[in-house]
Amino acid sequence: MTWPVIADIITSVCVLTGALLSLIAAVGLLRFPDLLTRMHAGTKPQVLGLLLILVGVGVQFGGPDHIGMLFAVAMFQLLTAPISAHMVGRAAYLYRHVHEEYLVIDELMPVMGDGAE
Amino acid sequence: MSAPTATTQRHRKFQWPLLFILAGFWVLFWGSVTPGTVVSGLAVALFVVMVYPLPPIVFDGTIHPVGMLRLIGRFLTDLVVASIQVAGMVLRKEHPTSAVIQVDLRSQSDLYMTLTGELLTLVPGSLVVEARRSTRTLFMHVIGIRDEADAERFRQAALDQERRVVFALGSQAELAAYREREEGERR
Repeated sequence: MTWPVIADIITSVCVLTGALLSLIAAVGLLRFPDLLTRMHAGTKPQVLGLLLILVGVGVQFGGPDHIGMLFAVAMFQLLTAPISAHMVGRAAYLYRHVHEEYLVIDELMPVMGDGAE
Repeated sequence: MSAPTATTQRHRKFQWPLLFILAGFWVLFWGSVTPGTVVSGLAVALFVVMVYPLPPIVFDGTIHPVGMLRLIGRFLTDLVVASIQVAGMVLRKEHPTSAVIQVDLRSQSDLYMTLTGELLTLVPGSLVVEARRSTRTLFMHVIGIRDEADAERFRQAALDQERRVVFALGSQAELAAYREREEGERR
């Protein structure tokens, strides 16, 4: 097998797996009961999904400037995804957009009032 | 919020590292290092740093190669394993239960707290709902928790994550302080 063939195989596997994970994220978004659980489905399998797609693209194009750009995309995704997840999750929690029957333990509610920094 | 003066003081110092990091990313996004991309990158970074000041990142540790590799390796494994677990929960018939769990971190640094929270949030199934700087406490919403034993297991996993962060970046003094905290809790 020559390199282009191997590269094609790696790319196909990465891109297809990445797409599958993004699809599952979308299904989870529809299926899960409340906003907080939806955040898990919506933001997470897709992190790995995006990384796999970037690896797939990187294998095809190679070259330092392409890899640099893909690396930047990956880093930005990794740095920013938790922030948006936190902001939305926090707002959802504070406004009690939570299905209580699915929340078995809640250690924040009792200490909600004190020490907010 | 209680001490606005302290906060503004922390914001006031000009942040050279951030300027260069932002400019570096700008150049990466353009995909080529030319005078044009470097100068425009510095201009945009300068604007961002001046208009949106943030407290400086206090870091006086060193990068430990072995600890760093362990941190990254374990993170990637966690990412794959947890992605499959959450995908499984999505496709299963019954809805998963979840919990909001308090994690009291051991290190005393904004940077390690942020990194631990970021990494924990990136791994599917857990996200930071509330963070308290004063007591170094993270409140995490975790999916797939059924009982107290699951919650304890997650707490331990979160502390292990923090441990890997500290042992990848910490200075000798921070490592010693961390070990002392750890010993103190065991007793």
